[in-house]
Amino acid sequence: MAIMHDLRTLKNAAWLGWQMEANWTDPFLFATYSIVKPISATLILVFMYMVVTGGQTNSAFFSYMYVGNALYMYVAEVLFGVTWVIHDDREHYMTLKQVYIAPIKFPAYILGRSAIKIAITSAGVFVTLLFGVIVLGVGIDIGAVDWPLFAASMLLGMSCICVLGLALGGVTFLTAKHSIGINEGVAGVFYVLSGVIFPITALPGWAQSISKVLPITYWMDSMRRALMPETMSEMNSLSGLDVTGLGTFDNLFIMAFLALSAAIFFMISLGVFRYADNVARKQGKIDWTTAY
Amino acid sequence: MTDGWLVKNLRAIRGRAYPRVIGAGREPSWIFFEIVLPLFTVAAYAYIYKFMDARAELIGYVVLGGAMTAFWLNVLWNMASQFYWEKEIGNLQLYMIAPISRMSVLAGMALGGMFSTTLHAASTLLIGTLLFNITYQLVDPIMLILIFTTTLVALYGMGMMFASMYLLFGREAHHLSNLLTDPVYLVSGFYFPVNSLGTWAAAGASLIPVTLGLDAMRQLFFSDVSGDGFLPLNIELLILAGLSILFLVLAKYSLSYMEYLGKTTGRLTLRWQ
Repeated sequence: MAIMHDLRTLKNAAWLGWQMEANWTDPFLFATYSIVKPISATLILVFMYMVVTGGQTNSAFFSYMYVGNALYMYVAEVLFGVTWVIHDDREHYMTLKQVYIAPIKFPAYILGRSAIKIAITSAGVFVTLLFGVIVLGVGIDIGAVDWPLFAASMLLGMSCICVLGLALGGVTFLTAKHSIGINEGVAGVFYVLSGVIFPITALPGWAQSISKVLPITYWMDSMRRALMPETMSEMNSLSGLDVTGLGTFDNLFIMAFLALSAAIFFMISLGVFRYADNVARKQGKIDWTTAY
Repeated sequence: MTDGWLVKNLRAIRGRAYPRVIGAGREPSWIFFEIVLPLFTVAAYAYIYKFMDARAELIGYVVLGGAMTAFWLNVLWNMASQFYWEKEIGNLQLYMIAPISRMSVLAGMALGGMFSTTLHAASTLLIGTLLFNITYQLVDPIMLILIFTTTLVALYGMGMMFASMYLLFGREAHHLSNLLTDPVYLVSGFYFPVNSLGTWAAAGASLIPVTLGLDAMRQLFFSDVSGDGFLPLNIELLILAGLSILFLVLAKYSLSYMEYLGKTTGRLTLRWQ
């Protein structure tokens, strides 16, 4: 009964999120807005790569970088989406307190709003990958995709990102509206430490140790292994070195670690959210306005 | 005795800057979110150049570009879209009935946010330089000051012009600001030399002041040994000066026109549309 109630909250929050994201304009303009940003972010990397290599996009590293950057949109958009939900509901529409006193679980509401972000981001990721394969020769061969690994990795990865979003949502209760700084910032931590656009072996030793406990690192690797197994084998056999830093682990280990780290981060995130929620109520920050 | 026009507007600038300065002091979490965390994105771009064994200046370009993102984000989110935000929370009509220029309000926003923005930019530059061991070869500091100042005037003039358009926007304001972030990083060459886009694309992108400002600053900081510069410095300065005047004049007329349009269509105080 309680589960059905939470699922209903999740569904209605997702519907609300969709209306807020999309009904301000016509579908064509909305699609344009949704696609131009991720394509541009990816093209920044493509141009950086071309400046150095002179335009050779048929290397394993280019595919590694391109696919990582495309998948990273999930991390950036969902994390930003959650913080924006808090600020938007609290300071813009000023409805957070009403949502709070409604007989629903607030985390279910947040996760519902995040779910729609995932759906919209999926369209951006798909278009970006399609553009990469068709125009730039990114090494994804549909026939060679490991679909079971892809499905399992996607499910675990999305759960993990949503859980991280929940913790960030808690932190957002306690902070003022900081323009886009949170978006640029928090997601940036994973961008540099999780082997998104370059292998973690490029980082100093101490940073690699942090990378190896972050679930996003394993999610990125498992998704790449699922989408382009041959390219990943090529990456890991370059010069006989473990270029990616995870080349010695098999798929099962990567998935097991992803599941374990997702479970640990779930506990931590729930703790952070509850603590922040408690502090926010004590300090009267649930209906705070900071638009200075 | 009533105050003159200048005094009133100077007061308006001070008045609008005040809450931003005070707010920054009262709620210091911005230091972490806007200074510490953005360094990670800059570091990611620097590491990818390092991983590819790119020439050293490119890492310097990333750090300089990363520092300049602070100003672009400030213009976009804390200035252009601020009028939309003020409308949504009900402050805009108060600005409209006050006997002051709308540009004074926007100038106050810019000045009030300048402290945190400059700190963001300076810390990115300083920490990025130390972290990636970047060497600068600055030969003309006077020119650097002129370029930097002119770039900021043109950039904030552009922000004022955008603010007028945001007056009429509903929820698309947020989406437009989001849309203008990464595409502008791309076309303005924040993380690579802008002439890599090709001459015509770079020329088009030069309408965004930060494109030429960044290109000129890179030429000054790195002596343009690799020939990455798009145009000669004097020409870039001249264009930036022209853009400054153009955007400030356009902002003035655009603000008046959009305010009139907003009043006649009844959208100036319309909230949550």
